[in-house]
Amino acid sequence: MTTAAITPKRESAYRRRGKIGIHIVLLLGSIIMIFPFIWMILTSFKTQGEAIMIPPIIFPANWNLSNYSEVMRTLPFDALYVNTLLLIFWRVLCASVFSSMAGFAFAKLEFPLKKLFFAIILTQLMLPSQVFIIPQYMILSSMNMLNTIFALVFPGLVSAFGTFFLRQFYLSLPNDLMEAAKLDGCNVMQTFIKVMAPLTKTAVMALAVFTALFAYSDMMWPLIVNMNIDKMTLAAGISSLQGQHSTKYPIMMAGSALAMIPMLILYIAFQRQFIEGIALTGTKA
Amino acid sequence: MSAQAINSDLRRKKPFRFQSDWGWAYLLIAPTIIGLIILNLYPFVETIILSTQKSQGLGAAKFVGLQNYEKLFADKQIWQSTWNTLYYMILTVPVGVFLALVLAVLLNSKIRGRDVYRGIYFMPMVVAPAAVAMVWKWIFNAEVGILNQFLGLFGVATINWLSDPNTAIISCAMIGIWSAVGYDLVLILAGLQSISTSYYEASEIDGASAVQRFFHITVPLISPTLFFVVIMRVMTSIKQFDTVYLLIKSTNPAYKKTITLMVMFYREAFEKFNKGYASAIVMWSFVIIMVITAIQFWSEKKLVHYE
Repeated sequence: MTTAAITPKRESAYRRRGKIGIHIVLLLGSIIMIFPFIWMILTSFKTQGEAIMIPPIIFPANWNLSNYSEVMRTLPFDALYVNTLLLIFWRVLCASVFSSMAGFAFAKLEFPLKKLFFAIILTQLMLPSQVFIIPQYMILSSMNMLNTIFALVFPGLVSAFGTFFLRQFYLSLPNDLMEAAKLDGCNVMQTFIKVMAPLTKTAVMALAVFTALFAYSDMMWPLIVNMNIDKMTLAAGISSLQGQHSTKYPIMMAGSALAMIPMLILYIAFQRQFIEGIALTGTKA
Repeated sequence: MSAQAINSDLRRKKPFRFQSDWGWAYLLIAPTIIGLIILNLYPFVETIILSTQKSQGLGAAKFVGLQNYEKLFADKQIWQSTWNTLYYMILTVPVGVFLALVLAVLLNSKIRGRDVYRGIYFMPMVVAPAAVAMVWKWIFNAEVGILNQFLGLFGVATINWLSDPNTAIISCAMIGIWSAVGYDLVLILAGLQSISTSYYEASEIDGASAVQRFFHITVPLISPTLFFVVIMRVMTSIKQFDTVYLLIKSTNPAYKKTITLMVMFYREAFEKFNKGYASAIVMWSFVIIMVITAIQFWSEKKLVHYE
């Protein structure tokens, strides 16, 4: 920077001291962020006696897996994983495909009543999702579809947020592309699929991450529609541990760890995509 | 054909568009629009209708006018829960957004390991709220929890984090801030990174201090992002359900002074099966959200700087 060039020595010493201060603050914060997870894992390997010892011990004497086998006997974790995966898969697929289609149409096509239809999208964005819940539940119940994967996916079959978000991206694509595609003999559908949609890959990825995160962490809806433990998601399923093992913290921690690990592995593997996706949903919407 | 007349009229204004293909456009928006009508528009209207009905369990609903609302406004617990919800918002939004802003500014200062820090702060977002709630319940445990044990080293007396009526909601708010700070940080950091460095270079030549730069360059230029983050946080805090529902059971002495409107809504609708009353509760929280949103958009004009 310019000032650094004028007074190099003083500036850099000042900067370096400042940076150490910044690192100290960020490290302290990081410890607060990460400690609960470490404590969860450590507790999950302890016996009940070790967990409630005063003063507390940090490491278990034996790294025993009995809490994990106990919690897997209580909850059908294989079903919970599969259900969560299916929920995320269908929600992401529906949100990406339907929102791309609608986002493209709202950005690049003219048609009667466009403003009215767009108003429907904006209305949904304004309303808190809880105002829809009881009737959504009643619809599913009258279709005899409670306790199914379809019930889990149901409120996320379409996404007003996704439509709005992707529309912003299609708006930023030049109209010349549309014209060129038309001159090459593409109809609207071909223009959309072959020319325009591939250009929104980053945005669709961001929407996928956003949709997946919120589908995974949503608890109220799965608790409402799927009473059957075999049809629950991880988020809702492990909440039932509290009732069954209310004071057995090592077992609850083992359950929490099992619920956390798959998403955490995905997150560590695709950290950049996760974070940049979320950043994109915040800056464009 | 009149449609063709309209077509050619449109074509003159916007020559590059596919005006003659309304059919395609309708096909493309059909799933979303039909979905929104079935999943959102109809349910919204239905909720309003339900809030004027009385229906217990599976029995037929009966129109009762505004009785549910009369009951609502006479219910002391509704007012208490309304306050709990707003108090939770007051506790979480300013502190949470401020912390996220400070951390984002620190992370934006070209330090080493930025991606690692960012990754760590964002971590609670990828963990199911139920798991988060359980681990914090364990940490907050009054007798053997690690937090009281740790504070005990400094002579702090036992705190009933989750069962004292005065602290339970604060404990829930702490969990809320801890969970969301990384998410907000990511959004704010993205905003900070889009500020052109030329502003800072120019002000440095003019001799502006770091604090002056923060308030005169960073804050105005980041204000649209901050506004977005605040709106999103206000919305999610008014809809707070998971943490309070999981940590504060109805036998908890802090129950009345902690439960939020959404917890009341859930219990009325899906534990007591009072659909009518539950709908009135959710309409009441809808009104609160609308009022707060209106205040925010009014203040946006005064506080937010758009380039």
